[in-house]
Amino acid sequence: MNQLIAKNINVWYGDNHALQDVSMIIDPFQVTALIGPSGCGKSTFLRLFNRMNDYIENFRMEGEILINDINIYDPVVNTEELRKKVGMVFQKPNPFPSSIYENVAFGMRIQGMNKKSELDEVVETSLKKAVLWDEVKDSLKKPAFSLSGGQQQRLCIARTLAVEPEVILMDEPASALDPISTSKLENLIFELKKSYTIVIVTHNMQQAGRISDKTAFFYMGKLIEYDTTKRMFLKPAHLQTQNYITGRFG
Amino acid sequence: MRRTKEKVIEKLLAASGLMTILTTAGILVILIYESSRFFIDVSIWEFLTGTEWTPLFSKKEFGIWPLLSATFLTSLIALLVALPVGLSIAIYLNEYANRNFRKTVKPMLEVLASVPTVVYGFFALTIVTPFLQQFIPGLAGFNSLSPGIVMGIMIIPMISSLSEDALFAVPRTLRDASYGMGATRFQTVFRVLIPSASSGIIVSVILAVSRAIGETMIVAIAAGQQPNFTFNPLVPVETITTYIVQVSLGDVPRDSLEYRTIFAAGMVLFLLTFVMNNISLWLKRKYHRQYE
Repeated sequence: MNQLIAKNINVWYGDNHALQDVSMIIDPFQVTALIGPSGCGKSTFLRLFNRMNDYIENFRMEGEILINDINIYDPVVNTEELRKKVGMVFQKPNPFPSSIYENVAFGMRIQGMNKKSELDEVVETSLKKAVLWDEVKDSLKKPAFSLSGGQQQRLCIARTLAVEPEVILMDEPASALDPISTSKLENLIFELKKSYTIVIVTHNMQQAGRISDKTAFFYMGKLIEYDTTKRMFLKPAHLQTQNYITGRFG
Repeated sequence: MRRTKEKVIEKLLAASGLMTILTTAGILVILIYESSRFFIDVSIWEFLTGTEWTPLFSKKEFGIWPLLSATFLTSLIALLVALPVGLSIAIYLNEYANRNFRKTVKPMLEVLASVPTVVYGFFALTIVTPFLQQFIPGLAGFNSLSPGIVMGIMIIPMISSLSEDALFAVPRTLRDASYGMGATRFQTVFRVLIPSASSGIIVSVILAVSRAIGETMIVAIAAGQQPNFTFNPLVPVETITTYIVQVSLGDVPRDSLEYRTIFAAGMVLFLLTFVMNNISLWLKRKYHRQYE
């Protein structure tokens, strides 16, 4: 597993220059947090790595995103294959309106895998990795909507893990959760980074401080500062970063 | 002065509301009264199980099944035409077409619904039937196939428009989840969007079928007037609605048993559409709750 590399990225939504000349190298098997005030471009940047911005009207970009030395915006790249390698967890838990089992099996099924024994195994290991197995093992046939918000979010993580991604993108995954669910999720992220590269957008400074190895601060479409989380929080090089982290604006 | 004016307006508005309720109730009362008089002479059992319908002949039989079978057959053919086409249109407009195309085409489709049904009727009789006869030699001049197909075309906009609304109501987050998992557009449509919108799609189907069951002009013109207990789409049949038209326009004496048959037939028709509309209302309420 190699680094994720963003080279001279510029993004426009119509006339709005949303990301301006951003370059960044994201290390494997680490948690990288993207922080900054609303509208700073951090979510846009995150969604470049699995090409989810492609669905937004008026989206236009320049620059390269390299994953395993391949520019994923090259026309020959298959976006469906890319998204199996680069999974995503969204802001609001978004399970499908089907059973817990079927939610986790979704990724296998769309790849044409329908053998029950193998599906059973993948569902179980994925739910275990997402630390949800013990809570749902007796109710796999129940609708996913019957779970609590925090459980739904861990279910969405299990669903993502089931297709064996290398990278997991998380877009404010805890913003709709209560403090207890949030801390469970953070423990899970800490576990997951042993096997996956994680990039997480968060509004919560303490969360970034707790879980990430490196932090990138975005402001008005620019990458202001990018360093180890420790240094960012103790000794930021830029005044803007310091003001944001200490809560003076944002 | 101003207060009295407000009061008068309020009363007028309430009165017009009351009028529609009273009209509906009046129709229902007459329907029940006349059909109960019919059931004094003819047993309900005979009516609901009989397979001969000959109230206008000397040897009278009062089995509703020939009329029911024709009503179901024409509606089923209509549904077989309208469901695949209507659903395909809804999927295309919602998931594939760009926003401007959708904005132009959706109202155009609804024009289909504003063609007078009598036009559809003679279109079925004078164009569709002769055309089909080139390929199906056994097709009679009056039959259920061609009015069924034309009725299907008529209800396409109901299915496409309501199904499109249902697909549109599926939250953006579910699409994101599906695409984010590496699903293709086709997989997203069939594995996520349609299942999520299924209750809305079913509502559109029930309303469309209910419309087809009550449809009169097309079948009266092109399906014939022969009460035939059959599910063969190639021969003349008579639907409930056609029978009511036939008797209403004919020279059957008022207040005779033959005359009262149309109330009994009308009652069956009313119950069918009433039940279907209520199922769809119930489903609609259920699926509105689902994403709140």
